[in-house]
Amino acid sequence: MPRVPPALKLDRVVRRYGEREALAGVSLELAQGQTLGVLGSNGAGKTTLLRLLATLLSPHAGGVEVLGASLPSQAWAVRGRIGLLAHEPLLYRELTARENLTFHARLHGVGPRRVEEVLEAVGMTMRAAEPVRTLSRGMVQRVAVARAVLHDPELLLLDEPRANLDPAAAELVEPLIGAESGRTRVIVSHDPRGGVAEADLVLGLRGGRTALLAPAEQVRQEDVMELYR
Amino acid sequence: MSTGSRQPAGSTEIRRGADQSPRQTQPRGALYGGSLRTLSIASVVMVGLALGMAFFYAPEEATEGFLQRIFYLHVPLAIVCLSGFVAAGAMAIMHLRTREARWDLRSYVAIHMSLIFGVGVLICGSIWAKGSWGHWWVWSEPTLVSFLIVILLYATYQPLRFSIEDPERQARYASVFAITAGAFVPLNFIAVRLSTAYLHPRVLGTGKLPGPMALTFVISLIAFALLYVTLWRFEMTAKHARWQLKALRRRLSGEDAPARRRSAEPELGAGLGTGAPGVPGAGVGPGADPAPGLRPEPALTTNNLGRQAP
Amino acid sequence: MSVQPARRLDGEPDNRPHGSPGEPHAGPGGPTGPGGEPARGPRHPKTPPRLPAVVMALLRKELLVELRTLESVPGMALFSLSTFVVFHFALNRSSVEGDLAAGILLVTLLFAGMLGINRLFVADEEQGGFDALLLAPVDRSAMLIAKAAAMTIYLVVLEIVAVPAFGLLLLGSSLGNALPDLIGVLALVDVGLAVIGTFVAALAVKTRARDLIGPLIALPLLVPIAIGASRACAPLLSSGPHTGSGVRWLLLIGLYDLVFGLIAYAVFDFLLED
Repeated sequence: MPRVPPALKLDRVVRRYGEREALAGVSLELAQGQTLGVLGSNGAGKTTLLRLLATLLSPHAGGVEVLGASLPSQAWAVRGRIGLLAHEPLLYRELTARENLTFHARLHGVGPRRVEEVLEAVGMTMRAAEPVRTLSRGMVQRVAVARAVLHDPELLLLDEPRANLDPAAAELVEPLIGAESGRTRVIVSHDPRGGVAEADLVLGLRGGRTALLAPAEQVRQEDVMELYR
Repeated sequence: MSTGSRQPAGSTEIRRGADQSPRQTQPRGALYGGSLRTLSIASVVMVGLALGMAFFYAPEEATEGFLQRIFYLHVPLAIVCLSGFVAAGAMAIMHLRTREARWDLRSYVAIHMSLIFGVGVLICGSIWAKGSWGHWWVWSEPTLVSFLIVILLYATYQPLRFSIEDPERQARYASVFAITAGAFVPLNFIAVRLSTAYLHPRVLGTGKLPGPMALTFVISLIAFALLYVTLWRFEMTAKHARWQLKALRRRLSGEDAPARRRSAEPELGAGLGTGAPGVPGAGVGPGADPAPGLRPEPALTTNNLGRQAP
Repeated sequence: MSVQPARRLDGEPDNRPHGSPGEPHAGPGGPTGPGGEPARGPRHPKTPPRLPAVVMALLRKELLVELRTLESVPGMALFSLSTFVVFHFALNRSSVEGDLAAGILLVTLLFAGMLGINRLFVADEEQGGFDALLLAPVDRSAMLIAKAAAMTIYLVVLEIVAVPAFGLLLLGSSLGNALPDLIGVLALVDVGLAVIGTFVAALAVKTRARDLIGPLIALPLLVPIAIGASRACAPLLSSGPHTGSGVRWLLLIGLYDLVFGLIAYAVFDFLLED
């Protein structure tokens, strides 16, 4: 197999908010198809990292390469190849699930057939004509998953992807965002055990700094718990 | 904070003093560079000369008499003020292009100074209007009206900055505002001029200013332009000095430094943007060092004032 | 994020062709059975959408949200009616003509427009519309164009209500004669108000005091339009025969619309960054 460039490459990345450093020199490499688990307490910089990889934020220092394109200068090359599932579902509350997905599909140049496909895949076809504001949080999350994978992204950035999902729904979205989806994934997790179990590479953040970076099989539970201390 | 070719003298002085050697620089010498002193003296002399010429040298105007002499204050102030706004727009373009905080600071200070000059223009224009036409405010005078509109627009610059918390976004939005408003200045003057009959004393427009009057006007224009530049550089220096003090204080109190208070002022050091890493001397604050895992203490070496800290 | 000037020239981001070799594909089917993830067959042809398509998508979304919530237009229309009533009592007149009429109509429309401007980006700010746009491989200027188009539509609807109401409630002269010319003037006003309003709304929406900052910045910027429109409307709304063409004023508004549109287009991208 030819040598493929890493899906993610961070080189001493710094991102500040005012004087506070949300990320202070994080470096790592992730191969294509692998999963990066990001752990850390609140305010450790997890969300900042995710937004940075999604090209929504630009680094103040250091290099970021996503899918072979260096950010922020080549951000245009990777937009549309990244699926972001953040805390906010990025759905208009007044529009129906189908309308929301159709809107996103048009922004990504994806046809209407695919909208029905993903609605089917997250089991929301029946409720697709109801405004998002009337849906339960779990259903909103399912629509958000459908939105994130709508354009068949190569890289998935997931922030607590299974939040609000019951076990059945979690199983439903598994082919889309789980390991079997075959996509490169970055998963921010608040569950230390599950976060490590799902990952190939574990990044522990503490105050914006790398406190832990190791292949998942080498990570001991004590190391993880140390992050939250 | 980096030194550009047009960096105010004060801050260049600071850098030089600190970069060269452990030699202790006198704080006073650091804050008031030699060239700024020269500039101040020059502008004081020029303003004195201009006022002197306006009162004693320029001939009395036939119809308006003594009051016409306010022309030598009003018009140069107005021209300098508007040029300042337009220059601030150009600096804002530079800020958006380079993402360097110092351009935002320059634009901010230029708008600040122009606003002060602008209030002066409105006041002396008002006095002139009272003397010439008997009213403090004359709507039929397009230049004065345009001026009011421009000042009203720029008066929102500070509130806009103040209501955006993230310093980087604040700087970016302020620049967008400065560019738009800078382009608006000439547009607005054209529109208002079209709308009114020409009533303004068009001393310049006639192109037949008698020699002594023209000379006085030119001297006056130079004097106020010089005054503007001097004040601009004074404020720039003051801002740099205050920022250095803040950085020093933060260093001394370490991690316990109080969080940044909300402010409309541009923030140097923090939020330099993506253009910063390559710029020499760009990262002065703690954490500007790109090396991973460095705590603020090692950053001492990168800080200009570090050596003065005990 | 830095702006790539080159992108502006062709108006469309250059999206790298997709589907690099060896890129794994989402596996078909799953433990979820037939409904899980149907086999997708060939990869979805994902050419990045062109600017007009993106603008239309944004505009449709915008109008759909407005139709669902009815947050802006009815409020604007109602506000204009109330303002006419207030003007009636404040001026103590039962009918107005000429420049007074033009002024009242213009001020009412501008202030009603301000209400819409204040709400223009609120839904996007609160519900992630900005992020959605930024994540897509599209030109961000589409947002400016789509929002300005939506705002123009809102203003036209507002005027369909407000102008006849004005003719009925306050105007002394006949509206019918003036209408064709008036429509031309108002069309230019709408475009200018929409462009400036969209720009200012985008500037103000991420500030804490957006309801205050927006109108404070917008009103001075709208002065040239107010000048041109009131001068152009005044002869139309007087009872005498229309004399003198307002072409000069129409030209003023049109040029201002154009120049400001270009300025807004040039700087709009910077407002969407984070």
